[in-house]
Amino acid sequence: MESNIAVPNENKPTWGGGGVKPFGASYGKMMMWFFIVSDALTFSAFLAAYGLTRFKFIDSWPIADEVFTHVPFVHGEFPMIYVAFMTFVLIASSVTMVLAVDAGHQMNKSKVTVYMLLTIIGGIIFVGSQAWEWNTFINGSYGAVKTTDGKILQFTKQSGVDKEGNAIFKQIALADFVVGDRGNARVQHTKGNGLWFEDEGTISQYSIAQIVNSYEGNPDIQIRTEFIDLGKKQKTILSREKGSEELAKTRLVVEGANLEVNEYGNTIFADFFFFITGFHGFHVFSGIIFNIIVFFNVIVGTYEKRGHYEMVEKVGLYWHFVDLVWVFVFTFFYLV
Amino acid sequence: MAHAQSHTKRIWNVFWILSAITIVEVILGIYKPDVLHLTSFLGTSPLNWLFIILTLAKAYGITWSFMHMEGEKTWFRRAVVWTAVFLIIYLVTLLLIEGEYLYSTLAPLVRW
Repeated sequence: MESNIAVPNENKPTWGGGGVKPFGASYGKMMMWFFIVSDALTFSAFLAAYGLTRFKFIDSWPIADEVFTHVPFVHGEFPMIYVAFMTFVLIASSVTMVLAVDAGHQMNKSKVTVYMLLTIIGGIIFVGSQAWEWNTFINGSYGAVKTTDGKILQFTKQSGVDKEGNAIFKQIALADFVVGDRGNARVQHTKGNGLWFEDEGTISQYSIAQIVNSYEGNPDIQIRTEFIDLGKKQKTILSREKGSEELAKTRLVVEGANLEVNEYGNTIFADFFFFITGFHGFHVFSGIIFNIIVFFNVIVGTYEKRGHYEMVEKVGLYWHFVDLVWVFVFTFFYLV
Repeated sequence: MAHAQSHTKRIWNVFWILSAITIVEVILGIYKPDVLHLTSFLGTSPLNWLFIILTLAKAYGITWSFMHMEGEKTWFRRAVVWTAVFLIIYLVTLLLIEGEYLYSTLAPLVRW
């Protein structure tokens, strides 16, 4: 009988599974580790799916250096810099977390408090940066057109020549070359001015006819397709005639990226970007919440009374895991 | 509870190593030297392999030092690391092979 019923044990420390420690780790810590294993598998599944899709479209996948090029408050193109800063922030917040755990081992309450606070601040900077990155990606930087056969055409202008005398092309924004009137007097229909409370999808800044006319009227502009020259690992630039032919198939003007269209190339690239960085960002967000709860527990002295700071260690494990995942996201989205 | 000794110095060392690796990755990512970027080695460019190796080195640093995996009991460590590593390698291998197959089947149907 006794083996089936819960035995009241007032005197034993029940938090974290009592005094039992298989493998020398408390139940709380052990379960955190096994949760991390399962979460790591979830993230790997996402990244592996991303890898599959990228291999499937290996000859037309967007080049990360041409997609993530902006830095807040600075004009111009600096690929990698901002995302490197984000990586650095996350590593730094991992360090302050580990220092908090270390201070916890010495029962140094004031040090734990300070390091937890620094960790929370690091997390907030990271999530804020990610929000900025999303915003930049959603708004887009150049604008492009999509053809009836689902391809994205971008616009470029020769910016110089390389050592072998081949022309170097630089992408330009629609606003840099589109001139004249849009040709159709379309105005955005909003809920407010309709008989029915329905609105319509965003009308692009320029009309298709306007873009085609501007292209035909400006011999400097050449069109870049998604197709990658695998020898040079660069997108192909079309001749003026071929470009004109492709441009005639335009169906849609694309400015920015969302789950349906993406001015940088394959729509599914944007889908994966939102999904994976979003899922990671949500982890960081939850981590910040956990850290804040533990931070206040440290201040009110919960762990001081309990006699150990193992809770700091447990949220620490989670926080480092978030950093660990980012290291992989960073590599597979921005570097490789 | 006994007052454990502080490992602050080691923590900062790991931090500097991780930062240095990140800086190397970023420099390689910005300049992309042609010798590493445009050549091919075991299915992808040597540059990509370098990125992957550096990433794994960072992952090792974070897990072993920051998450204090080095201090756990051997079989607990293996229960976590071996399980994850085996399943991830398995999944990634299968999915990448499948992606390659999809490319070889679908790409000839697309006209550029």
